[in-house]
Amino acid sequence: MPSEFTVRVNGALVSVSAGATVAVAMVIAGQPCRNSVMGEPRGPLCGMGICFECRAVVNGIPHSRTCQLLCEPDMEVKTDE
Amino acid sequence: MSKETYDVVIVGAGIVGAACADVFATRGLRVVVVDRDVVGSGATAAGMGHIVVMDDSDAQFALTNYSQRLWHELRPDLPEDVEYEQSGTIWVGADEEEMAEVHRKREYYQKRGVAVEVMDVCHLKEAEPNLRDGLAGGLLVPGDAVLYPPCAARFLITRAQQRGAKLRLGASVVQISEGSVRLSDGQEVAGGIIVNAAGANAAELTAGIDVKKRKGHLVITDRYPGFLRHQLVELGYLKSAHSVSRDSVAFNVQPRRTGQILIGSSRQYGAEHKEVDQVMLARMVRRAQEYMPALGSMSAVRVWTGFRAATPDKLPLIGPCPGYKSVFLATGHEGLGITTSLGTAKLLVDQVTGSKPEIAVEPYLPSRTAKEYAHA
Repeated sequence: MPSEFTVRVNGALVSVSAGATVAVAMVIAGQPCRNSVMGEPRGPLCGMGICFECRAVVNGIPHSRTCQLLCEPDMEVKTDE
Repeated sequence: MSKETYDVVIVGAGIVGAACADVFATRGLRVVVVDRDVVGSGATAAGMGHIVVMDDSDAQFALTNYSQRLWHELRPDLPEDVEYEQSGTIWVGADEEEMAEVHRKREYYQKRGVAVEVMDVCHLKEAEPNLRDGLAGGLLVPGDAVLYPPCAARFLITRAQQRGAKLRLGASVVQISEGSVRLSDGQEVAGGIIVNAAGANAAELTAGIDVKKRKGHLVITDRYPGFLRHQLVELGYLKSAHSVSRDSVAFNVQPRRTGQILIGSSRQYGAEHKEVDQVMLARMVRRAQEYMPALGSMSAVRVWTGFRAATPDKLPLIGPCPGYKSVFLATGHEGLGITTSLGTAKLLVDQVTGSKPEIAVEPYLPSRTAKEYAHA
């Protein structure tokens, strides 16, 4: 795996270092991981897989906990609605 | 200590007790409902919440069909939080043997005026794309619905209260006697009649009735809107649910309004503890994945158990309790209590008030069990 590569967050390319979590990519992109049932934007809170606030759609799989997933080249990430 | 007196004391604020309170109050009787916990806290909260027509027996068909009609009539009055959705049920046939059952079922339902539709494998796949390949087809029952049972019970209790019924929560009934019940806080509540609607715990209060606890597990997933559209039940369910002794699992999933998916079901006798049984849970989830492989990649947010009130002939006990003069039963609804609560309430109140019931009450009279056991 290259030391730097890009992933796509809500359509925009984001450059990340190898070893970065998907949550980091979403923060870099300035995108919420998910929008709550009441429509509030949410992002990583606990950073250790417990709070479930960082869920997003990763490569088509909804409710993926982005703080527990490492970025991979060409990953497709979307805000979980 | 002073003794409160009512026309009717209902033991249990589950959906059955709530429905009975509603109908008694409507007919002008003074009612109190007592429960150790909150409204709908037992099997009502633990169950899936389907409004289904079933045909295990003619009597089961009569009661579920009657009750479903009552739910359809009630629907305009139900608040939003009851989440009533007429999603329909698809009985999924895995092979040609089960398709023969699909056709038998279609004929049975059609003959009795219930709309049904046989689905071939293409139609099934179109209706539920996440079912696995290689299934044979199914039977769609479009009139079936799902709802959120605790809110349905609360609605019925609230309506009964608006009609004068009282609700006493927080003290359990420790004894049912002729004309009164004793509560764990020492209070006695007197009533012209007592209704034991204590679900799976009913046998602890009126000795000699054959109601056993039948444990079930359920799983609910995170929100996956659009993944599932109908309630799905495997036709093999009939084989497993019929077995009265063995532990069994069957594929049964329900779409909720939130986009969440309820995954069931399991059945166990003799399991008295409410802890999740990992072996049963694993069997149940594996069975569900055999039908819908993509369930395996989903996130489950909660797992829980509950106890159905099971009778030997899988019919509820509705009517006078053998051995008592003033005690009536409304229990033994197994996995169908949400559906049959409304019919149960009508049939019970008709018996108490001497009104003519809309369907025959005999198959549900508690004395039928006593007779069978006299021969045993």
